[in-house]
Amino acid sequence: MTAYTATVTVRLKRGVLDPEADTTQKALERLGFELSDLRSADQFEVDLDAESADAAAERADEMAERLLANPTLHDYDVVVEEQAK
Amino acid sequence: MTVAVVQFGGSNCDRDAVRALDRVGVDAERVWHEDGLPADADGIILPGGFSYGDYLRAGAMAAHSPIMDAVRAAAEDGTPVLGVCNGAQIGSESRLTPGAFTTNRSARFQCEDVFLRVENADTPWTAAYDEGDVIELPIAHGEGRFEIDDAAYEQLVDDDRVLFRYCDADGNVTDAANPNGSKGNVAGILGSPRTSPC
Repeated sequence: MTAYTATVTVRLKRGVLDPEADTTQKALERLGFELSDLRSADQFEVDLDAESADAAAERADEMAERLLANPTLHDYDVVVEEQAK
Repeated sequence: MTVAVVQFGGSNCDRDAVRALDRVGVDAERVWHEDGLPADADGIILPGGFSYGDYLRAGAMAAHSPIMDAVRAAAEDGTPVLGVCNGAQIGSESRLTPGAFTTNRSARFQCEDVFLRVENADTPWTAAYDEGDVIELPIAHGEGRFEIDDAAYEQLVDDDRVLFRYCDADGNVTDAANPNGSKGNVAGILGSPRTSPC
């Protein structure tokens, strides 16, 4: 078994209104920053032991499907890295 | 008839639900979610509150409590299930109803009185009304915006499963009368016909 960290990023689907991101963008603009758009996302870092990176990714993918993301609202991606020894 | 009012950690409108049922002469009991669903429950209420502190998403944690498998099975067998407020969020997170509830268009918690137009009076839940009636109810939510993809929304409408829409005092369904940005001003839906409005 190898120790991995799976990073699961959950984003609102394109086209789904994101009031928190809109509010954050307005606040940045009030501070004088120039930006054309801003999106928010939730990121989960999951430490887990698995036989392979693929097996770790598969388990993290199932976590996203079953709990971390809501398919009506979200897309997600999973990136797996071996933990530094 | 006994109605089971399911309590989760953070439910806080369970007593209100029991009192409301008592007022209309219906026997009700509160059921802690870890104790399972009583076999003799003729109806189920998922009450409001802030189950599990709304962690992750409102209703997401409670939706995965084992009792929800029993609630889904009961709903499929025709037991009426009512989700109120956080209970509606739990209902959608557990796929009792299509769509999802998410952050209000205003990005704020809103507590105010709103008007609803009755869209379908031919259900046990709305039988005391006539279609087109305008009723006034309070809302208190931060994540009340009903989101659903276009195809699933059309299906809801085609199946006549929209119970209430936000409207103005005269019954006009307008964007200005939509308090939270819900798709189609939808405020209440039936999950599977005649089983689970949220």
